[in-house]
Amino acid sequence: MLAKSYALFKKDFSSELRTRYAINSLAMFIIVAISVILFSIGNETITESLTGGLFWVVIFFTAMSGLARAFVSEEERGTSLTLQLIASPSTVFTGKLLFNVILVFCMNIVIAILYSALFERFVVQNFPLFVLTFVLGNIGLAVSSTIIAAIIAKAGAKGTLYPVLSFPILLPLILTCVQLTLSSFDGTSFDEAQFELAIVVGYDVIMLTASYMLFDFIWKD
Amino acid sequence: MIWKIFLFLLLAFVSIAGIAFPIVEKPAAWYEFPFIPGLEENAKIIFFHVPTAWLTVIAFFMSTIFSFKYLRKKNLDDDAKAYSAAQLGMIFCILATVTGAVWAKFAWGQFWSWDPRQTSIFAILLIYGALFALRSSIESEDKRATLSAVYSLIAFITVPFFIFIMPRIMKGLHPGSAEDSNAGPIIDFQMNPSMQLIFFLSLIGFTILYFWMWQVGYKSIIFRDKLNKQLIIPTGSGQGG
Repeated sequence: MLAKSYALFKKDFSSELRTRYAINSLAMFIIVAISVILFSIGNETITESLTGGLFWVVIFFTAMSGLARAFVSEEERGTSLTLQLIASPSTVFTGKLLFNVILVFCMNIVIAILYSALFERFVVQNFPLFVLTFVLGNIGLAVSSTIIAAIIAKAGAKGTLYPVLSFPILLPLILTCVQLTLSSFDGTSFDEAQFELAIVVGYDVIMLTASYMLFDFIWKD
Repeated sequence: MIWKIFLFLLLAFVSIAGIAFPIVEKPAAWYEFPFIPGLEENAKIIFFHVPTAWLTVIAFFMSTIFSFKYLRKKNLDDDAKAYSAAQLGMIFCILATVTGAVWAKFAWGQFWSWDPRQTSIFAILLIYGALFALRSSIESEDKRATLSAVYSLIAFITVPFFIFIMPRIMKGLHPGSAEDSNAGPIIDFQMNPSMQLIFFLSLIGFTILYFWMWQVGYKSIIFRDKLNKQLIIPTGSGQGG
């Protein structure tokens, strides 16, 4: 099963390399979003908590602009029926999830680098905590947006519906991650941030389990 | 028929009693409510706000249960039940949000302050809104039922997180919150028996009303679908269940 998922991932990866659609649009979206924020700030120095919040705002909207592609492209090209024939639902989901996880990590690393370069108050005191939050948050983001992307692709509605459906699902994750990012700016120790970290881990595990259980219903027509 | 008259009388009594009975320092007569520090006259909203919030949760829960049942049995009647519960849940959710905000204007000084409970009910409102947006975008009946059932199950498992996170992020203002010393937990200690009686009568009355409306709602959806199939009229516009 893992070999098949990997083959599916490689197929997505090479077709992405051929068109470079997602990478180009995501990169441009990140630049546009950050420059809009910088223009609206002007010469003022914004506070730490605002910087931490805006960091996750950009991550959320960038994810919403690019991650639906994974399943929507299959429906557009009419290849989803072939996929249904050759692979089991969980294999398909694993392949797509792998692709989205890598895409989320690439885009968020770029966002984090740009933020630390462009925002004065983006100073991380507790670096391990920030990295842990970043990794766990990205996994949760990828899992939730992959399962919602599958729903969107089957619903045949592109674009506007995706952020509408994803926002309530991602809200607990984003709120906790904003909180953890602010703690890492303040230099809070791991012991104090334990509770929030446990929530993010719980969110990742529960969403992953639920996604695998429910994906069968979405995928089989 | 007899229980409809009973329900009418019950809700009429609750409405009159909830609004008209006076709040005094030391209640003596049976129709007098006690004075709760920090809440004062505002306390009367408990008879109307709490039942709507309670029904929002019940409707959300029932919608999830019937969605789960639909996914197991693939019976479209279960989808009609889930959809009808979600419709009522949306109505009660809006009512709870609005009555809560009006109360907050007088008790806390502003309509909205992102109190943990306000944030949670806002999240439920968003989930309902997303569910209806999803439903209206799909034409095929089976597909609509399956996808909305899956979405409501995913949404349901994220709700408990709010209960854990919210109190950590912001302090609760709402009566009954954990750190609330002056007015919490009001149901146990500071309501006198007559206030408790009317509160629970109101809960019972609104709950019966909800189940009645839910029954009418899902039956009408099932009948409409049957008629549509008999007359071979295309369901078209993608609305309804």
